[in-house]
Amino acid sequence: MEAKEIYERLEKQFPGKVGGFKGDVPEPYCIAEAQAVVDVCRFLRDDPQLNFEVLSDLTALDWPKDEKIQVVYHLYSYSQRHAIVVKVDLPRDNPKVTTLEGVWKVANWFEREVFDLFGVVFEGHSDLRRIMLPEDWVGHPLRKDYVEQEEYDGISTQRAPLVEKLLR
Amino acid sequence: MKPLLNSLPETVFTTKIDDLLNWGRASSQWYMLFGLACCAIELMQTGGPRADLDRFGAVPRATPRQSDLMIVAGTLTYKMAKRTKLLYDQMPDPKYVISMGSCSNCGGLFQLAYSVCKGVDKIVPVDVYVPGCPPRPEALTEGLLRIQDKMMRERWLVKPSRPAEGVAEA
Repeated sequence: MEAKEIYERLEKQFPGKVGGFKGDVPEPYCIAEAQAVVDVCRFLRDDPQLNFEVLSDLTALDWPKDEKIQVVYHLYSYSQRHAIVVKVDLPRDNPKVTTLEGVWKVANWFEREVFDLFGVVFEGHSDLRRIMLPEDWVGHPLRKDYVEQEEYDGISTQRAPLVEKLLR
Repeated sequence: MKPLLNSLPETVFTTKIDDLLNWGRASSQWYMLFGLACCAIELMQTGGPRADLDRFGAVPRATPRQSDLMIVAGTLTYKMAKRTKLLYDQMPDPKYVISMGSCSNCGGLFQLAYSVCKGVDKIVPVDVYVPGCPPRPEALTEGLLRIQDKMMRERWLVKPSRPAEGVAEA
């Protein structure tokens, strides 16, 4: 099924809750309401003609000028051989969205990664801890306004400027 | 390595105890397998038949408690840095560290990343830095030979006098 058809099917099922379809990009996407994302995704998985078995990626984008964080779901169907990207806009100061763990189990680790690096809180997640950075890390480094700490656990994070190093 | 023996013909040789100890240590450097990134591939090459670290008596060990030498091969993240310190502390004295490759020297290509430690010398004392990205087996072998030279200069029986700890220098 083409991305346009997938989107039309979604729009019919969830009027007013999905929008912003863009089809002339390598990975066509649409934007879903944050409250409806679990229902939308469950529909995408269970509908016999859509049949998205796989959440192949879950990531996020930080847009400081628009004051929003977008969570991006890349879906793929092996049986139908089609793909769609679903995005969700969240407010930047308090990004919260319901977990997709109940739809695709793989979302567990993906969501931990997004929580780790962007600070998006996935409500209802069974084990929302940092997955890659140490547990005592301060801040979420893939946010655009992330400031590196002076030191981490007694280890200085400062580098000698290159020129000074050469002159020494 | 300088020649150890100042021998009389056939039966007797004389040497210094320090030299004998050093010779033994320098000829049996057991290094800890500590590959962190792509440098580990080159470390394996160096241990392999072509460069063959074995001919200098250097044998890989899987545990820090049997190792004399730690070759830090690869990108050191802060998360790993704490473990590196722990492993270093577990090694018995005398112990030596080779920092292999740009990443463990100064963070290298990844030094602007939030998670990468800017050099292993911020964690443990380093004896020899081997530059390269990654260094060729020849370079690492050279590093090992420099460690041997350093070991041969050590003095165990007579330590150079040092100011006592806690005494402020005038």
